[in-house]
Amino acid sequence: MHLVYPAVLSALLFSTGVYGVLARRNAILVLMSVELMLAAVGLNFVAFDVWLRDTLHSGQVFTLFLIALAAAEIGIGLAIVLLVYRTYGDNAVDRLRALGDRRADGGDAGRGTDPGRDAGDAGDTGDTGEPAAAPAGGAAHEREAAA
Amino acid sequence: MNPLLAPAVLTAAPGETREFLSPAGVEIVFVLVGLVTLGAGILCVTSRQLVHAALYLVVALGGLAVHYLLLTAEFIAWVQVLIYLGSVVVLLLFGLMLTRAPIGPSPDADSRNRPVALAVAVLAAATLVTLVADAFRTTWIELDTPHGRSGDIGASLFRHWVLPFELLSVILLAALVGAIVISRKRGPAPAEEEQR
Repeated sequence: MHLVYPAVLSALLFSTGVYGVLARRNAILVLMSVELMLAAVGLNFVAFDVWLRDTLHSGQVFTLFLIALAAAEIGIGLAIVLLVYRTYGDNAVDRLRALGDRRADGGDAGRGTDPGRDAGDAGDTGDTGEPAAAPAGGAAHEREAAA
Repeated sequence: MNPLLAPAVLTAAPGETREFLSPAGVEIVFVLVGLVTLGAGILCVTSRQLVHAALYLVVALGGLAVHYLLLTAEFIAWVQVLIYLGSVVVLLLFGLMLTRAPIGPSPDADSRNRPVALAVAVLAAATLVTLVADAFRTTWIELDTPHGRSGDIGASLFRHWVLPFELLSVILLAALVGAIVISRKRGPAPAEEEQR
Protein backbone atom coordinates (compact mmCIF):
# COMPACT_ATOMS: atom_id res chain seq x y z
CA MET A 1 0.00 0.00 0.00
CA HIS A 2 1.12 3.49 -0.70
CA LEU A 3 2.16 5.20 2.52
CA VAL A 4 0.48 8.39 1.38
CA TYR A 5 -3.00 6.95 1.90
CA PRO A 6 -2.85 6.41 5.66
CA ALA A 7 -0.72 9.51 6.18
CA VAL A 8 -3.13 11.77 4.32
CA LEU A 9 -6.15 10.24 5.99
CA SER A 10 -4.52 10.73 9.36
CA ALA A 11 -3.73 14.36 8.58
CA LEU A 12 -7.29 15.02 7.47
CA LEU A 13 -8.78 13.38 10.53
CA PHE A 14 -6.43 15.35 12.74
CA SER A 15 -7.50 18.59 11.07
CA THR A 16 -11.12 17.59 11.58
CA GLY A 17 -10.38 17.14 15.25
CA VAL A 18 -8.68 20.55 15.35
CA TYR A 19 -11.78 22.11 13.88
CA GLY A 20 -13.94 20.37 16.44
CA VAL A 21 -11.81 21.45 19.36
CA LEU A 22 -11.83 25.05 18.21
CA ALA A 23 -15.42 25.33 17.07
CA ARG A 24 -17.39 23.30 19.58
CA ARG A 25 -18.99 24.86 22.57
CA ASN A 26 -20.15 21.87 24.58
CA ALA A 27 -17.24 20.51 26.60
CA ILE A 28 -18.14 16.90 25.87
CA LEU A 29 -18.07 17.61 22.14
CA VAL A 30 -14.62 19.12 22.64
CA LEU A 31 -13.56 15.89 24.33
CA MET A 32 -14.94 13.91 21.37
CA SER A 33 -12.85 15.99 19.00
CA VAL A 34 -9.78 15.33 21.13
CA GLU A 35 -10.50 11.63 20.81
CA LEU A 36 -10.67 12.03 17.05
CA MET A 37 -7.26 13.71 17.03
CA LEU A 38 -5.75 10.99 19.20
CA ALA A 39 -7.18 8.29 16.97
CA ALA A 40 -5.70 9.98 13.91
CA VAL A 41 -2.30 10.01 15.56
CA GLY A 42 -2.71 6.31 16.29
CA LEU A 43 -3.31 5.58 12.61
CA ASN A 44 -0.09 7.40 11.81
CA PHE A 45 1.82 5.39 14.38
CA VAL A 46 0.56 2.08 13.04
CA ALA A 47 1.17 3.00 9.40
CA PHE A 48 4.74 4.04 10.01
CA ASP A 49 5.40 1.06 12.21
CA VAL A 50 4.21 -1.31 9.51
CA TRP A 51 6.21 0.59 6.91
CA LEU A 52 9.45 0.51 8.90
CA ARG A 53 8.99 -3.10 10.07
CA ASP A 54 10.17 -2.18 13.49
CA THR A 55 11.41 -5.22 15.36
CA LEU A 56 10.32 -3.77 18.68
CA HIS A 57 6.88 -2.86 17.28
CA SER A 58 7.33 0.56 18.77
CA GLY A 59 4.55 2.24 16.84
CA GLN A 60 1.93 -0.37 17.60
CA VAL A 61 2.90 -0.63 21.25
CA PHE A 62 2.77 3.12 21.50
CA THR A 63 -0.66 3.07 19.89
CA LEU A 64 -1.75 0.69 22.62
CA PHE A 65 -0.44 3.11 25.22
CA LEU A 66 -2.15 5.94 23.40
CA ILE A 67 -5.49 4.16 23.48
CA ALA A 68 -5.14 3.45 27.19
CA LEU A 69 -4.10 7.02 27.90
CA ALA A 70 -7.06 8.26 25.87
CA ALA A 71 -9.33 6.15 28.05
CA ALA A 72 -7.78 7.64 31.18
CA GLU A 73 -8.05 11.12 29.72
CA ILE A 74 -11.69 10.71 28.85
CA GLY A 75 -12.45 9.46 32.34
CA ILE A 76 -10.75 12.38 34.05
CA GLY A 77 -12.09 14.87 31.53
CA LEU A 78 -15.65 13.70 31.92
CA ALA A 79 -15.36 13.81 35.69
CA ILE A 80 -14.17 17.41 35.47
CA VAL A 81 -16.91 18.33 33.01
CA LEU A 82 -19.51 16.77 35.26
CA LEU A 83 -18.15 18.68 38.25
CA VAL A 84 -18.26 21.93 36.30
CA TYR A 85 -21.77 21.15 35.15
CA ARG A 86 -22.88 20.34 38.66
CA THR A 87 -21.36 23.54 39.97
CA TYR A 88 -22.46 25.96 37.29
CA GLY A 89 -25.26 24.21 35.48
CA ASP A 90 -23.50 24.71 32.19
CA ASN A 91 -20.69 23.12 30.28
CA ALA A 92 -20.19 25.58 27.45
CA VAL A 93 -16.49 26.22 27.36
CA ASP A 94 -16.77 29.81 26.18
CA ARG A 95 -19.14 30.82 28.93
CA LEU A 96 -16.92 29.61 31.73
CA ARG A 97 -14.55 32.49 32.12
CA ALA A 98 -13.62 32.83 35.74
CA LEU A 99 -10.38 31.26 36.85
CA GLY A 100 -10.38 32.11 40.51
CA ASP A 101 -11.99 30.79 43.60
CA ARG A 102 -15.34 32.42 43.85
CA ARG A 103 -15.70 32.23 47.60
CA ALA A 104 -12.37 33.98 48.07
CA ASP A 105 -13.26 36.57 45.49
CA GLY A 106 -16.42 37.58 47.20
CA GLY A 107 -19.02 35.98 45.06
CA ASP A 108 -19.22 37.64 41.69
CA ALA A 109 -16.13 36.38 39.94
CA GLY A 110 -17.77 33.45 38.24
CA ARG A 111 -20.86 33.32 36.20
CA GLY A 112 -23.84 35.07 37.61
CA THR A 113 -26.25 32.18 37.49
CA ASP A 114 -25.90 29.76 40.35
CA PRO A 115 -27.72 26.48 39.81
CA GLY A 116 -28.50 26.14 43.45
CA ARG A 117 -27.12 23.15 45.18
CA ASP A 118 -23.47 23.46 46.02
CA ALA A 119 -22.81 26.46 43.92
CA GLY A 120 -20.98 28.35 46.58
CA ASP A 121 -18.88 25.38 47.56
CA ALA A 122 -16.43 24.92 44.74
CA GLY A 123 -15.89 28.15 42.94
CA ASP A 124 -13.67 27.13 40.09
CA THR A 125 -14.10 27.13 36.38
CA GLY A 126 -12.02 26.81 33.28
CA ASP A 127 -11.08 29.55 30.92
CA THR A 128 -12.26 29.53 27.36
CA GLY A 129 -9.40 27.63 25.85
CA GLU A 130 -8.68 24.78 28.19
CA PRO A 131 -11.60 23.57 30.25
CA ALA A 132 -9.72 20.74 31.88
CA ALA A 133 -6.70 22.10 33.68
CA ALA A 134 -7.98 24.85 35.86
CA PRO A 135 -10.94 23.08 37.52
CA ALA A 136 -8.72 20.16 38.53
CA GLY A 137 -6.32 22.40 40.37
CA GLY A 138 -9.13 24.41 41.81
CA ALA A 139 -11.02 21.34 42.98
CA ALA A 140 -7.92 19.88 44.61
CA HIS A 141 -7.23 23.15 46.34
CA GLU A 142 -10.79 23.34 47.50
CA ARG A 143 -10.62 19.84 48.86
CA GLU A 144 -7.45 20.58 50.77
CA ALA A 145 -9.03 23.63 52.23
CA ALA A 146 -12.07 21.65 53.26
CA ALA A 147 -10.04 18.90 54.89
CA MET B 1 -5.90 -14.04 10.68
CA ASN B 2 -9.31 -12.62 10.38
CA PRO B 3 -11.52 -12.86 7.34
CA LEU B 4 -11.46 -9.15 6.64
CA LEU B 5 -7.76 -9.19 6.08
CA ALA B 6 -7.34 -12.22 3.90
CA PRO B 7 -8.65 -10.95 0.54
CA ALA B 8 -6.93 -7.64 1.06
CA VAL B 9 -3.55 -9.26 1.44
CA LEU B 10 -4.11 -11.61 -1.46
CA THR B 11 -4.85 -8.77 -3.83
CA ALA B 12 -2.02 -6.56 -2.70
CA ALA B 13 0.37 -5.11 -5.18
CA PRO B 14 2.86 -7.71 -6.39
CA GLY B 15 5.82 -5.43 -6.03
CA GLU B 16 7.06 -4.36 -9.41
CA THR B 17 3.98 -3.14 -11.23
CA ARG B 18 2.86 -0.63 -8.67
CA GLU B 19 1.95 2.84 -9.76
CA PHE B 20 0.49 5.73 -7.93
CA LEU B 21 -2.67 5.74 -10.00
CA SER B 22 -3.16 2.02 -10.35
CA PRO B 23 -4.23 1.10 -6.88
CA ALA B 24 -4.41 -2.45 -5.68
CA GLY B 25 -7.45 -3.93 -4.01
CA VAL B 26 -6.29 -3.13 -0.52
CA GLU B 27 -5.80 0.49 -1.48
CA ILE B 28 -9.26 0.74 -2.97
CA VAL B 29 -10.73 -0.70 0.21
CA PHE B 30 -8.59 1.65 2.24
CA VAL B 31 -9.76 4.69 0.30
CA LEU B 32 -13.41 3.69 0.51
CA VAL B 33 -13.28 3.04 4.23
CA GLY B 34 -11.24 6.20 4.58
CA LEU B 35 -13.99 8.23 2.93
CA VAL B 36 -16.50 6.75 5.34
CA THR B 37 -14.20 7.47 8.27
CA LEU B 38 -13.50 11.01 7.23
CA GLY B 39 -17.16 11.71 6.53
CA ALA B 40 -18.14 10.35 9.92
CA GLY B 41 -15.44 12.44 11.55
CA ILE B 42 -16.64 15.59 9.82
CA LEU B 43 -20.22 14.82 10.78
CA CYS B 44 -19.06 14.18 14.33
CA VAL B 45 -17.58 17.66 14.65
CA THR B 46 -20.39 19.43 12.80
CA SER B 47 -23.55 17.65 13.92
CA ARG B 48 -25.86 19.72 16.05
CA GLN B 49 -27.38 16.73 17.77
CA LEU B 50 -25.08 15.69 20.55
CA VAL B 51 -25.93 12.02 20.69
CA HIS B 52 -25.65 11.78 16.92
CA ALA B 53 -22.17 13.26 17.19
CA ALA B 54 -21.19 10.52 19.62
CA LEU B 55 -22.57 7.87 17.29
CA TYR B 56 -20.71 9.36 14.34
CA LEU B 57 -17.61 9.11 16.49
CA VAL B 58 -18.33 5.39 16.77
CA VAL B 59 -18.39 5.11 12.98
CA ALA B 60 -15.15 7.04 12.64
CA LEU B 61 -13.33 4.98 15.24
CA GLY B 62 -14.69 1.76 13.76
CA GLY B 63 -13.40 2.85 10.37
CA LEU B 64 -10.01 3.40 11.93
CA ALA B 65 -10.16 -0.14 13.31
CA VAL B 66 -10.77 -1.39 9.76
CA HIS B 67 -7.75 0.62 8.67
CA TYR B 68 -5.65 -1.07 11.31
CA LEU B 69 -6.84 -4.41 9.97
CA LEU B 70 -5.90 -3.39 6.44
CA LEU B 71 -2.46 -2.40 7.70
CA THR B 72 -2.17 -5.93 9.19
CA ALA B 73 -2.17 -4.62 12.74
CA GLU B 74 -4.90 -6.88 13.96
CA PHE B 75 -4.18 -6.68 17.66
CA ILE B 76 -4.38 -2.89 17.65
CA ALA B 77 -7.59 -3.12 15.66
CA TRP B 78 -9.33 -5.24 18.23
CA VAL B 79 -7.98 -3.20 21.09
CA GLN B 80 -9.39 -0.16 19.30
CA VAL B 81 -12.77 -1.85 18.98
CA LEU B 82 -12.77 -2.96 22.60
CA ILE B 83 -11.54 0.19 24.29
CA TYR B 84 -12.52 3.04 22.01
CA LEU B 85 -15.83 1.74 20.77
CA GLY B 86 -16.61 -0.24 23.85
CA SER B 87 -15.72 2.05 26.68
CA VAL B 88 -14.75 5.53 25.56
CA VAL B 89 -17.88 6.16 23.54
CA VAL B 90 -20.03 4.68 26.27
CA LEU B 91 -18.35 7.04 28.72
CA LEU B 92 -19.06 9.94 26.38
CA LEU B 93 -22.70 8.92 26.10
CA PHE B 94 -22.92 8.72 29.87
CA GLY B 95 -21.40 12.16 30.07
CA LEU B 96 -23.97 13.49 27.64
CA MET B 97 -26.71 11.88 29.65
CA LEU B 98 -25.47 13.21 32.98
CA THR B 99 -25.14 16.76 31.69
CA ARG B 100 -28.75 16.57 30.48
CA ALA B 101 -27.92 16.97 26.83
CA PRO B 102 -30.99 17.78 24.77
CA ILE B 103 -32.36 15.05 22.56
CA GLY B 104 -33.13 17.23 19.57
CA PRO B 105 -30.77 19.58 17.80
CA SER B 106 -29.13 22.05 20.11
CA PRO B 107 -28.57 25.37 18.37
CA ASP B 108 -25.64 26.42 20.53
CA ALA B 109 -23.43 23.42 19.87
CA ASP B 110 -20.91 25.58 18.01
CA SER B 111 -19.32 28.66 19.44
CA ARG B 112 -18.87 31.99 17.75
CA ASN B 113 -15.32 31.38 16.57
CA ARG B 114 -16.43 28.85 14.04
CA PRO B 115 -15.02 30.62 10.94
CA VAL B 116 -11.66 30.98 12.63
CA ALA B 117 -11.73 27.30 13.53
CA LEU B 118 -12.61 26.42 9.96
CA ALA B 119 -9.76 28.52 8.62
CA VAL B 120 -7.27 27.00 11.04
CA ALA B 121 -8.43 23.48 10.25
CA VAL B 122 -8.30 24.01 6.49
CA LEU B 123 -4.86 25.56 6.72
CA ALA B 124 -3.60 22.74 8.92
CA ALA B 125 -5.08 20.15 6.58
CA ALA B 126 -3.58 21.79 3.49
CA THR B 127 -0.15 22.11 5.08
CA LEU B 128 -0.09 18.61 6.46
CA VAL B 129 -1.42 16.95 3.33
CA THR B 130 0.99 18.84 1.09
CA LEU B 131 3.91 18.02 3.32
CA VAL B 132 3.02 14.37 3.78
CA ALA B 133 2.17 13.74 0.15
CA ASP B 134 5.39 15.34 -0.95
CA ALA B 135 7.54 13.58 1.61
CA PHE B 136 6.22 10.05 1.14
CA ARG B 137 5.41 10.15 -2.55
CA THR B 138 7.58 7.17 -3.37
CA THR B 139 7.12 5.12 -0.24
CA TRP B 140 5.32 1.83 -0.17
CA ILE B 141 4.22 -0.37 2.65
CA GLU B 142 4.83 -4.06 2.15
CA LEU B 143 1.76 -5.84 3.39
CA ASP B 144 2.62 -9.34 2.23
CA THR B 145 3.74 -10.52 5.63
CA PRO B 146 1.63 -9.31 8.52
CA HIS B 147 3.47 -7.19 11.00
CA GLY B 148 1.08 -6.81 13.89
CA ARG B 149 0.10 -10.32 14.89
CA SER B 150 -0.98 -10.67 18.48
CA GLY B 151 1.88 -12.98 19.36
CA ASP B 152 4.51 -10.57 18.12
CA ILE B 153 2.88 -7.60 19.80
CA GLY B 154 2.52 -9.50 23.05
CA ALA B 155 6.14 -10.66 23.01
CA SER B 156 7.33 -7.17 22.25
CA LEU B 157 5.05 -5.65 24.85
CA PHE B 158 6.07 -7.93 27.67
CA ARG B 159 9.70 -8.24 26.73
CA HIS B 160 10.86 -4.80 25.67
CA TRP B 161 8.09 -2.54 26.84
CA VAL B 162 7.15 -4.11 30.13
CA LEU B 163 8.25 -1.19 32.27
CA PRO B 164 6.14 1.42 30.39
CA PHE B 165 3.31 -1.08 30.46
CA GLU B 166 3.40 -1.31 34.24
CA LEU B 167 3.73 2.45 34.47
CA LEU B 168 0.65 2.75 32.31
CA SER B 169 -1.32 0.54 34.67
CA VAL B 170 -0.35 2.83 37.54
CA ILE B 171 -1.45 5.83 35.48
CA LEU B 172 -4.79 4.19 34.75
CA LEU B 173 -5.31 3.44 38.42
CA ALA B 174 -4.44 7.01 39.36
CA ALA B 175 -6.81 8.35 36.70
CA LEU B 176 -9.61 6.12 37.95
CA VAL B 177 -9.14 7.17 41.57
CA GLY B 178 -8.85 10.80 40.50
CA ALA B 179 -12.06 10.59 38.50
CA ILE B 180 -13.89 9.12 41.47
CA VAL B 181 -12.53 11.75 43.83
CA ILE B 182 -13.40 14.58 41.47
CA SER B 183 -16.89 13.45 40.59
CA ARG B 184 -17.91 12.39 44.08
CA LYS B 185 -20.86 14.35 45.28
CA ARG B 186 -20.07 16.70 48.12
CA GLY B 187 -22.75 16.38 50.71
CA PRO B 188 -22.93 18.34 53.91
CA ALA B 189 -19.27 18.74 54.59
CA PRO B 190 -18.54 17.81 58.23
CA ALA B 191 -20.18 14.40 58.53
CA GLU B 192 -18.82 13.05 55.30
CA GLU B 193 -15.38 14.38 55.95
CA GLU B 194 -15.29 12.71 59.35
CA GLN B 195 -16.40 9.46 57.84
CA ARG B 196 -13.59 9.69 55.41
